[in-house]
Formats: sequence, structure tokens, C-alpha cells
Amino acid sequence: MEKSESSTTLMMQGNQACAVGALAAGCRFFAGYPITPSSEIAEYLSVQLPRRGGKFIQMEDEIAAMGATIGASLTGLKAMTATSGPGFSLKQENIGYACMTEVPCVIVNVMRGGPSTGMPTLPAQMDVQQARWGTHGDHEIIVLTASSAQDTYEQTIRAFNLSERYMTPVILLLDEIVGHSTEKVVLPRQSEIEIVNRKQPEMPPQDYLPYKTGPDLIPVLANLGSGYRYNVTGLCHDETGFPTNDTRNNEALIRRLVEKIKAHRDDIVRYRERKLDDAEIVIFAYGSVARSAKSAVVKCREKGIRAGLFEPSVIWPFPVKEVFALSGKVKAFLVPEMNLGQLAREVRGAVEFKVPVHQLNRVDGNPITPLEIVNKVEEVI
Amino acid sequence: MFDYLKYIREWNFPHIWCSGCGDGIVLKALIRAMDKLKVSRDEAVMVSGIGCSSRTPGYIDINTLHTTHGRALAFATGVKHAKPELKVIVVTGDGDCTAIGGNHFIHAARRNIDMTVLLYNNYIYGMTGGQCSPTTPKGYKASTAQYGNIEPPFNTSGLAIAAGASFVARTDVYHVQQCEKMISLALQRKGFSLVEILTPCPTAFGRRNRMSDPVVMMEWLRDNAVSGRKWENLSAQEREGKIQTGVLIDVEKPEFTAEYGKLMEKVGVQK
Ligand SMILES: Cc1ncc(C[n+]2csc(CCOP(=O)(O)OP(=O)(O)O)c2C)c(N)n1
Ligand code: SF4
Repeated sequence: MEKSESSTTLMMQGNQACAVGALAAGCRFFAGYPITPSSEIAEYLSVQLPRRGGKFIQMEDEIAAMGATIGASLTGLKAMTATSGPGFSLKQENIGYACMTEVPCVIVNVMRGGPSTGMPTLPAQMDVQQARWGTHGDHEIIVLTASSAQDTYEQTIRAFNLSERYMTPVILLLDEIVGHSTEKVVLPRQSEIEIVNRKQPEMPPQDYLPYKTGPDLIPVLANLGSGYRYNVTGLCHDETGFPTNDTRNNEALIRRLVEKIKAHRDDIVRYRERKLDDAEIVIFAYGSVARSAKSAVVKCREKGIRAGLFEPSVIWPFPVKEVFALSGKVKAFLVPEMNLGQLAREVRGAVEFKVPVHQLNRVDGNPITPLEIVNKVEEVI
Repeated sequence: MFDYLKYIREWNFPHIWCSGCGDGIVLKALIRAMDKLKVSRDEAVMVSGIGCSSRTPGYIDINTLHTTHGRALAFATGVKHAKPELKVIVVTGDGDCTAIGGNHFIHAARRNIDMTVLLYNNYIYGMTGGQCSPTTPKGYKASTAQYGNIEPPFNTSGLAIAAGASFVARTDVYHVQQCEKMISLALQRKGFSLVEILTPCPTAFGRRNRMSDPVVMMEWLRDNAVSGRKWENLSAQEREGKIQTGVLIDVEKPEFTAEYGKLMEKVGVQK
């Protein structure tokens, strides 16, 4: 697939599309621990990685899988792990380590209902705030979502590219419906795929400072074993990579880590829109719910209601500016989510409470249907 | 005079360890072993967790990763699997390795993945001020066992052997030549090699257990750590309260990264 020089059309599950996208992006390391509904990603990569000179390992738990992923990435391999709710909780401490040490890696969470073991085989979107704030301490994080197998393929590639460009962990949130639905995916030629690879230092080793950054605030980390000996630590550190107790340095470090993402938010944030130009009501939806929202927009229009769709493919950083821009033009927002309003609160904040933000929530493991969305639109408009 | 300086990150001194702490002795023994074996500094990677012992990477001039508490072996597994040509050395404490990291410990041993683990066993949580660890002997005091510890300790080396490690040795920082030799042997083995190193923590362990003088702790190691033939010749009664040191197991077993290499060959790497 990867080397073929014409585009290929295949039927595949969202989870497989994720694995195929990872390979296309250059992923050569995967560490995971089985959990429904994400296991197909590990299973597919356990077959494909050894054939491509890549490394697969099933670890003893998700904490270990996250640690191994970071360790592998430091050698220069593009590395990924995949999990679902309970495993995502276990990964959090080491995700923070990757933020602090600026090690690129991709974490896929195929969301199921929770808390705790919850609904292992049913869809949910209950981890969107955990993805933002799951690890302790002030930090910024990049989180992508996808609504179809095709989208999953593309967003997985983008997740790798963003992590390599900004030297940061990137989280891809899928939901069980997207992960488990089999549908058509068009794979472009490998030569047509934009691939970003992390930079490597060019100066002689004695002049190298791993965490010294230029105006882009992004460090250049040498691959382990390439002749640049340095230290990596989750403690607050200075440009040399060694821990320090200098409080001014600590402040500068935490602020840079946050600024590194914030300053580039225009390059990171992406969304798709449908019929927003003349919309009186905006449906803000992501993941599998965006699919229902798409047909709801069509049905609303048939009924004479000018509905539009805002579908973020990046939810963190949250598209505050883009959502705010709509607030002056529309009568209301509707945020259908398979949780109790985790992103509705962000939309409300983004529009600064200028227009009503309505919610449509399900937490019973059932998908949100187009009809439910249409009914809710009719109720609130 | 042996020149330690070429391996040392002098700019990070003074180190954080208390006077009388044994951790620096392990560092010296490691450096001597690495020097004798001509381990390339560019190809050596030290991975540690969190604790006093886990601060060792700051002082040695090789590639160093100071990771999260208990997880050094998980990170090290990623490093080694991704780039098997690297020489991976893991530094960990008894709490780091056998409490919070216990699961990673038995699984790394089971996989027999090629790395050398230096487990600094000081019987206590040093960095956090002397709480009980899974190796604190029964009856001894800790800040969270002020009436004396009621739990039995792990036999850490035994645990590694049972889990599948191909090389396990126990040594201590009083018998520093043996310490260096055990590290050297471990570095030469292909597989999961553990060197459990008994080391004094006068500050957090000794102080509560009538051994606040580091010299007393060293004397304790001198008198109670018994190696090789000497151990063999002790009666069951004489072994009471003593600790066996030296090589405990040294066998050849399939190693994880080599097995993975064979798997890649079998499935055929596509270009
Ligand atoms: C997840 C987590 N839990 C707890 C701690 C606090 N902590 C730091 S070091 C340590 C114990 C260290 O003891 P040991 O591993 O025996 O090493 P020593 O300091 O004795 O060398 C603990 C509990 C932590 N850093 N992270
Ligand atoms: S507290 Fe104990 S282990 Fe830590 S540096 Fe001091 S003596 Fe060493």
C-alpha cells in the first residue's frame, strides 16, 4: 500500500484506517495494551510493523505502553500508542512527561462510556476534557478528532505531523462508532502525503543545548545515540536539560511550553463547515455526532430552517476565535455530544454568552441520530 | 590514578546525596566497569526513575533519561526495542523498582530484554524522607512504620530470577571491588541482567534504626554480606541474618530484541 504510486480505495474500519494512516505518516513504533474498542489498532500494527522494519510491543499495562512509546521516540522513531478510557487514565502521568520533555508521540483514545469500566463496547465522547486536563500541571496539548474512517486516516497523519513539528504529544480522540464502522477509504499516493519529520541539530555536539529554542519556541532534540549526549528529565530544567531550582527559569519554562502551542494555534486549529454563510443556528459537532449533524443540516434546510455545521477537527486548542466570529451572525448554537456538555461549556465561553448555546446530550451508549438533532433544533429556534 | 572525570558531568557538582550515602560509590563502580569494557559513551543510555538513586544520570556523561517514578524499565524497554544497538543501563531504587515499578520489573525480566539494571537497595524511601519500602526488613522502623515494620520484605533478586532474568547478582557498596565486578559481568551479558546493590542510607534508614553513623552501616555490610564460597560453607544457622552476595544466576536464554529480529526476518521486511 505504502509504496504504491496510484491512489487506492479500500473498505476498512476506522481503527484500521488509523493504523494505516500511522504507517503512512512514518510510524515505526507501537506499544500498547489491549482494550476495547481500540485493540484492532494494535492487532493491525502487530502484523504490519515487523514487515516494515518497525517495532511492535504489547506492554504489561498502559503506563508502560506510554513510557515505552516516549523512550522509542527519543531514539528518533515515530511512535504511537492506542487505548480507551481506563487505559487513557493510566497514561496521564507519562503524557505529562512527554509534554514537559517535549518528546513527540501520538496517543489514540477510542472513547467508550465511563467513568470506570463503564460501557466497553458502546460509544461516548466523555474524555474530551480529560484529554485537555488529564495530566497534572499547567500545560497545553493538541487534540484532534475524526468523524469517519477517511477522516481518521487523515487526522492520524496530521497528528504525527503536528507532534513532530511542535515537539509535543498529540492526542487523537475517536469514538467507538468511528473506530468500528467499516467504510470506504481512499488512500492517496505516498508521494502526495505531506510528511513532517522532526529537526536534528546541526551544530557540533559541544555547542548543543537541547532545550534552547529560537523564536518559534520549539526545541531540537537529538536522537539518542547520534553523538549528542544530553539529559532528559521531567523536573523543571534549563536549556541544558539538567534540573534547576531557579524559580525564574521554572516560570520561563512553563510559559514557553504553553506559548509554544498558543503562538502557533492558527497553524494548528482546523475545522470544517457546512452552510454557515447564512446560518441562523450553528450545530457544533465532532466525531461520529458530526455525521448525524450533517444530515440534520440538510433536513433542517428542507424544513426551511437555516442550520449550519461547525465541525472542529482540532478541539484543543479550542477554536475560540472561529466560534466567536459566528456569534454576531447567528441566533443560537446547538452542541450535540455523547457526554453531558463537555464542549458546550467551551462554546459558551467562546461566544462570551452573547447567544444561547443549547445542548443535546446522550450518555446511555446510544448514538445521537439526525432526527434527534432536527427535533432539538425545531424546539430551540 | 583512575580518571573518573572523563565520565563525569563536573558542572552538576556538588551532587545532591547526603554525606555517608552509598549512591556515589555505585556510580564510581559503574564508571570503572564501563571504562574497562570500553563502553562507548555515545551508545550508552542510562534510564532512571525517581528517587535519590535515580538522580545518578545527572552526574554521568552518557545519554541520560530521568523518567517517572517506577517507570524507568518501561521507558528503557522502548529505547532498547527501538534501537537495539544502544547499551541500556537502568538505575532504580528499591521503592522505584519493586513497589510502584514492580509490574515493569517482573515483565522486563520475563522478556529477558537486554539491559543492565542497577537496583540500589537501601531498604527505604530515601528521597521522600524514610517511608517504608517493600524491602524494609520486618521489625525495622520507618517514618510510616514508627512501631516497626509488620510486613515481610521482598527477596528482590529472587523475584527477578523467578520472573526469568538471565543474570542476577547481589553485591554491596562496602565490597566495592565485588560491586564493580558484578556490574562488569552484568554489562557483558546479553539479556536482562540485574545487580542488586545494598547501599546505606544513614539519613532516612540508619537514623531510625540505631545506625545514624554511616560507618556503622558500612560495618554492618562488611559483617553481614557474604559472598561465594564463604556463603556455601555456612551452616543454615550461620546464614541466619546474613545476606548472600555474588552471582545468583547466570544462564543463557533467548533475548527479546534478538527474538524480534528473527521475527522480522521470518515475515520478511518489505522495502
Ligand atoms: C507517582 C509518584 N508517586 C510518588 C512519588 C514520590 N516519590 C519520589 S521518590 C519516592 C521513593 C523513592 O524511594 P526509592 O525508589 O527506594 O529510592 P531512594 O530515594 O531510596 O534512592 C517516592 C515515593 C513520585 N515522585 N511519583
Ligand atoms: S536520603 Fe539516604 S539515599 Fe537519599 S541521598 Fe541521603 S543518604 Fe542517600
